[in-house]
Amino acid sequence: MSELFAARTQMALSLGFHIVFAAVGMALPLMMLAAERQWLRRGDPDALELAKTWAKVTAVLFAIGAVSGTALSFELGLLWPTFMEFAGPLFGLAFTTEGFAFFIEAIFLGLYLYGWDRLSPRAHWLCGIPVAVSGAASGILVLSANSWMQTPAGFDLTPEGRVVNVDPLRAFFNPAYGLMALHSTLSVYQAVGFAAAGVYAYALLKGRRPARAAYDRRALGIAMALGGVTALLQPISGDLLAKQTARHQPAKLAAMEAQFETARGAPLRIGGWPDEAAGRTDYAIEIPGLLSFLATGDFDGEVKGLADIPRDEWPPVRVTHVAFQVMVGCGVLMAALAVWFGVAWWRDRRAGRDLARRRRLLRALVLAAPLGFVAIEAGWTVTEVGRQPWIVYGVMRTAEGVTPATGVPLTLTLFTLLYLGLALALVVLLRRLSRGEGGRGHTAGGRASAHAGGSRAGV
Amino acid sequence: MPAYEVVALVTLLAVVAYALLGGADFGGGVWDLFASGPRKEAQRRAIGAAMGPVWEANHVWLIFVIVVLFTAFPTAFRAMNVALFWPFHLVLVGIVLRGAAFAFRAHGREAAGVPVDWGRVFGAASVITPVLLGASLGALSSGRVRVTDGVVVQGGETAWLGLFPLAVGFLALAVCAYLAAVYITLETEGSLADDFRRKGLWAWFVGGVLSIGTLLLARSEAPRLWAALTTPPAGLVVVAGVLLAPASALALWRRRFLWARVFAAGQVVLLLAGWAMAQWPFLIYPDLTVADSAAPPATLHAVLWVVPIGMLLLIPSLWYLFAVFKGANPPAARDAARDDERSAGR
Repeated sequence: MSELFAARTQMALSLGFHIVFAAVGMALPLMMLAAERQWLRRGDPDALELAKTWAKVTAVLFAIGAVSGTALSFELGLLWPTFMEFAGPLFGLAFTTEGFAFFIEAIFLGLYLYGWDRLSPRAHWLCGIPVAVSGAASGILVLSANSWMQTPAGFDLTPEGRVVNVDPLRAFFNPAYGLMALHSTLSVYQAVGFAAAGVYAYALLKGRRPARAAYDRRALGIAMALGGVTALLQPISGDLLAKQTARHQPAKLAAMEAQFETARGAPLRIGGWPDEAAGRTDYAIEIPGLLSFLATGDFDGEVKGLADIPRDEWPPVRVTHVAFQVMVGCGVLMAALAVWFGVAWWRDRRAGRDLARRRRLLRALVLAAPLGFVAIEAGWTVTEVGRQPWIVYGVMRTAEGVTPATGVPLTLTLFTLLYLGLALALVVLLRRLSRGEGGRGHTAGGRASAHAGGSRAGV
Repeated sequence: MPAYEVVALVTLLAVVAYALLGGADFGGGVWDLFASGPRKEAQRRAIGAAMGPVWEANHVWLIFVIVVLFTAFPTAFRAMNVALFWPFHLVLVGIVLRGAAFAFRAHGREAAGVPVDWGRVFGAASVITPVLLGASLGALSSGRVRVTDGVVVQGGETAWLGLFPLAVGFLALAVCAYLAAVYITLETEGSLADDFRRKGLWAWFVGGVLSIGTLLLARSEAPRLWAALTTPPAGLVVVAGVLLAPASALALWRRRFLWARVFAAGQVVLLLAGWAMAQWPFLIYPDLTVADSAAPPATLHAVLWVVPIGMLLLIPSLWYLFAVFKGANPPAARDAARDDERSAGR
């Protein structure tokens, strides 16, 4: 295994791992706040218990997110020291501002998690607001660093390769930033909303705890409010982002769509298996003209193909295309489910029926639980693999940024084992938490004592 | 004062904050591992209660230091990441395991029968990590890493594996343990506070021996650092530290726990200030000065705009956090008092 490939794999592993926990740390506090608010307003013990359960899950996952995020900030330098020497002064502002947002999030999460008995209910709820806000802010701020790597700005290069005219603000607000931040922020709320909805849909479907159906329904409602709305907005942000990518990173768009030839009236390919050597895509369903329309707003617009891009500047076409198909597929399914759920909820509400009786809908929600996270990982793969062979698009190649240190295959092995072990331990822990094993814990809601030792925690 | 000096000062202050706060959290892990005597479990609970609400915020200081380093001193950041490739990777394993283990243990207590002893993992990772961080600092101060045109030409992979760096590492560990024990005496009562007082006195003694040893080692292993530490201005700071050390131990001995906390923290501030003065103007001695490795002025100015604005949000928030959990009747003391009642009732 080459050092470069090992370094790319270790970075991918670390980011792919962190992204899940970062997403939960951004979105779950919002749901926890919504639940606590319902308790404050209506004194509903189910809502309080829900808030506490979600707080506990947030606590564990945020901790993993925090430490794996620390690992990332080191790994940027450990694996890509030359890149960081170049990029640090240019995109460092994104990380510095994110650092403060993360500080605020950690502080108020500490107050929220440990402050149930030390703060008034109102003060406690208010402490949750900075958690949700700065959680979102830290994700939005740090995305500027990623978008800078796609559309670098805020500096000039002299012919000898020296960096001059540094402007950190222009680097921060680089061209791709706004839409990328919107797209990724929506994706985390969508993913966490659908994942939680799947968990509670499962509980309702199993019906093993009829006394808690109201609790599960409330949880499902909050989760789908978040997941459903974002699932409907996401295609719009995705469309805008694709149009922008066509302008800024034509090679990436061509790889996403497996478009080998530059063409007017280019077709949209659904599915398919690109063959880089032969320069064609097999087994795809083609919708004539649609790619041109989506990329340029004109069915006859020109879409640049890979053939017009130097061969050594192609991203890995197959990975990019397939990941893009996976992301879009998940997104379409979730948007459809959001509509189905919305209509069902509205009709049941008018008719006074119980949503929990719609077993097909619940089953679909259970199956859809992982889709949001699959879409996040796939979409992130599109962004980063589609940027290759550049680490800074058009400016620095990934191979130029890598560490000269030998031994990356070893650290890759070390981190693979570490993250595998953690993931395994986490699954065991969350399963046990969800079954409420052990029967202890400080759930203060009225339900806790009524169901001593039974199925208590609601995850 | 040029902008890079101000940013360097900000970085130093963040390192001090991390040592005082994050360092004590590592120390908490050390005492978790070495919990002993009849009140073993009560000691662990007190540590968990003291750390729980604050450790994540304390940890962010390290992230802040790293981020400011790569934003403002990119050349030095590149070189240290190449030279310290291994210790930094191991630090990461330590940080990830410690945080995960603490969270699993704290919030997963209901999950009965978890097959891994997370307490042990938490303790062991808390011991190893500060040693590695200290050794990294020692390597960068003693001329074991040589850099030409930003490229590490000597000391890659093994720079931290020397007598002096490892001595600094173990000194860092002793300091963390001392801070934790001293802090926690204020958050516990009765016999439990006495347990930590005893642990603190031990850590003070070991730390004292290690700091004398490290200083003497510097004479041969890091002669420039030694020379700077033994002449003003860094020398004056060292003298102040030497005067403060017995004061903090005496306060701990006489159960003046608040004074012990103030003096112990003061010692750490002096230790790091003395090191920084002796190290000045180098980030990586002897090839990279602060000025050489500084980012373009526009970036430094941006950092100097962002930091005060961020601090305006951060400092009141931190104050509130510590006021709620470290003010009167902190949770650790409450739990301990409950334990004492329980054992008295038995």
